[in-house]
Amino acid sequence: MKVLVPVKRVIDYNVKVRVKADGSGVDLANVKMSMNPFDEIAVEEAIRLKEAGKADEVVAVSIGVKQAQETLRTALAMGADRAILVVAADDVHEDIEPLAVAKILAKVVEEEQPGLVLAGKQAIDNDMNATGQMLSALLGWSQGTFASELDIDGDKAVVTREVDGGLQTINVTMPAIITVDLRLNEPRYASLPNIMKAKRKPLDEKTAADYGVDTTPRLAVVSTAEPEARAAGIIVGSVDELVEKLKEAGAV
Amino acid sequence: MAVLLLAEVTDGELAMDATAKAVTAAASLGDVTVLCAGASAAAAGDAAAKIDGVAKVLVAEDASLGHRLAEPTAALIVSLAGDYSHIVAPATTDAKNVMPRVAALLDVMVISDASGVVDADTFERPIYAGNAVQTVKSSDATKVITFRTSTFDAAGEGGSAAVETVSAAADPALSSWVEDKVAESDRPELTSAGVVVSGGRGVGSEEDFALIEKLADKLGAAVGASRAAVDSGYAPNDWQVGQTGKVVAPDLYVAVGISGAIQHLAGMKDSKIIVAINKDEEAPIFQVADFGLVADLFDAVPELNDKL
Repeated sequence: MKVLVPVKRVIDYNVKVRVKADGSGVDLANVKMSMNPFDEIAVEEAIRLKEAGKADEVVAVSIGVKQAQETLRTALAMGADRAILVVAADDVHEDIEPLAVAKILAKVVEEEQPGLVLAGKQAIDNDMNATGQMLSALLGWSQGTFASELDIDGDKAVVTREVDGGLQTINVTMPAIITVDLRLNEPRYASLPNIMKAKRKPLDEKTAADYGVDTTPRLAVVSTAEPEARAAGIIVGSVDELVEKLKEAGAV
Repeated sequence: MAVLLLAEVTDGELAMDATAKAVTAAASLGDVTVLCAGASAAAAGDAAAKIDGVAKVLVAEDASLGHRLAEPTAALIVSLAGDYSHIVAPATTDAKNVMPRVAALLDVMVISDASGVVDADTFERPIYAGNAVQTVKSSDATKVITFRTSTFDAAGEGGSAAVETVSAAADPALSSWVEDKVAESDRPELTSAGVVVSGGRGVGSEEDFALIEKLADKLGAAVGASRAAVDSGYAPNDWQVGQTGKVVAPDLYVAVGISGAIQHLAGMKDSKIIVAINKDEEAPIFQVADFGLVADLFDAVPELNDKL
C-alpha cells in the first residue's frame, strides 16, 4: 500500500506572530518556518506503517510556495520515500485555501493511487481544520478525523477519534483519509545522515496549473487585526487577598 | 435569506447550550431552521423548537445518522442545502468533522470557528491560535460556517417552532461506529461551564491533579488542562483547553501551574475573570490574568480551597 502524506509549510509554532501594519495579514518575511506540527505526526505515522510492513511507499506532497521544498526535505529526512511539490503561489504570504488544496490533492491521488492519505487535522496558521474532510468528500472516500489511534487491517481501518466528550472508535473502509491528532505518536527527529540522504531522494515539481485547478480564493481577506488586548490585572500578595478580590468582583 | 443550522445531537439528546449559542450567531443571517439528526432525534427536535429565534425544526431519524458519522450526516445536509443561503453549526468536533465535507460537496469554502458576524457574507475568525483575527468576505453562493460558541450568548427558551420530519439521504456506508468512550462526570460540561479550574505541567502528576479537581468541585466548576498537562499524561485529552483543544469563556477561569503558552491562551483568554496561580512570576499567564498569585500551587490551592 502506498501512503500519501500532505504537509504544509507554516510559521514555526514557537515564533510569536506579528500582524502586518497594513492589516493585510501576518508578517511571514524572514520568519522561521517549519512543517505544520500535525503533519509531522502524519509523516511519522506513515513511516511507522512502512516499518510495520503495512505500507510499502510513503509519498509526501506539499502545495504552496517553492520554499515548501524544505518542508518536503524534512519529510524525506524523517523517512518518506519521495516527494511532490505543487507550486501554487509565488508570495509566501499567499495561503492556498483548503478547498483548492483538496482539489489539487484529489488530482494527485488520481495519479498516485494511494491506499491511504494521512494528513494533519489542522494547520496552525489558518486553523481551518478542513483539508482532509474536503479531500475525502471530493474523492467519495471515508474519513476518520482527529485520530489518536489507528489500526489498519486489510480493507478497513479502526480509528479512535478525539471528540468533545471523550473518544469515538469507528471502522472506515479503505481507501480512506485519516487526519491525525496530537496523541497519535511522537514524531522522530531526522538524523544527520538521514538529512544528507534526503537530499538525494526524488522530489518532483509541478504547478497547480498542471492539475488544472483554479486556486482563486473564495474568501477575500478584508482585514487582519491583533486580537483585543486584555486590560492589565494585578498581582495579589496572598490567598486571603485573592479571595477578597474575587468576592469584590462577584466571581465567587 | 434562510439558514440551516445543524444542531449538536448526541445519542438523541440536544446539546442545548452549544445549539442555542449558534442560533444567536445565525439569527442575524436570516430565518433559522434547525436540523436535528440521529437514530432518534424527535426529542432533540422538540427541545430545539423551544429556542428563541428558531423558525422551523427539521427532524431526520435514521440508523445511519445515529453516531454522528461524517458521510451520512453530510449527505443529509447536502440533500437539504438547496433551500438555504447559509449552512451553519456550533464549532464542535462533530461539526468540524461534517461541515468541511458538506462545503466541498457544494464546491464552496468552509468558514471554520467564526467568532463574529459582520454581514451576511463577511465573518471574523481567529487565526494563528487567536494571535490574529481575520475578517473574510465570502464570494460563495452558499456559506458554510461553524461558529465558535464561546463568543456568542445562548438564545433564550420560550419559542414554539413547527417541527417537520425529513428523510435521511442514501447512506454511503463508508464507515461504521464501534464505540464511544465518554468520560462520565457530574461536573459541568467544559465549554458551557460558568467556572473552569485548569491545571498545567506545574501540577506535576496525575495523582496531584486531584488538587485541581477538588478546587473545581468546591467552585462547582469544570476541570480543564493545558496541552502540556495532557501530553504529560496528567489529564485526559477531552479536558484540554487551547488551540487544539476546547475554547472556553467562563465567568471565572482559574489557571493553576499553567505557564500560559500561546496555544493555551487561545483557548481561554475571552474568559471574564482570569486567576493565575504560578510560582514563576515571569510566566506569561500573568499578562492575561486579572488576579495573579505568585505562589507554590501545593500551598496555595489547598489554602484557597479552605478559604472559599
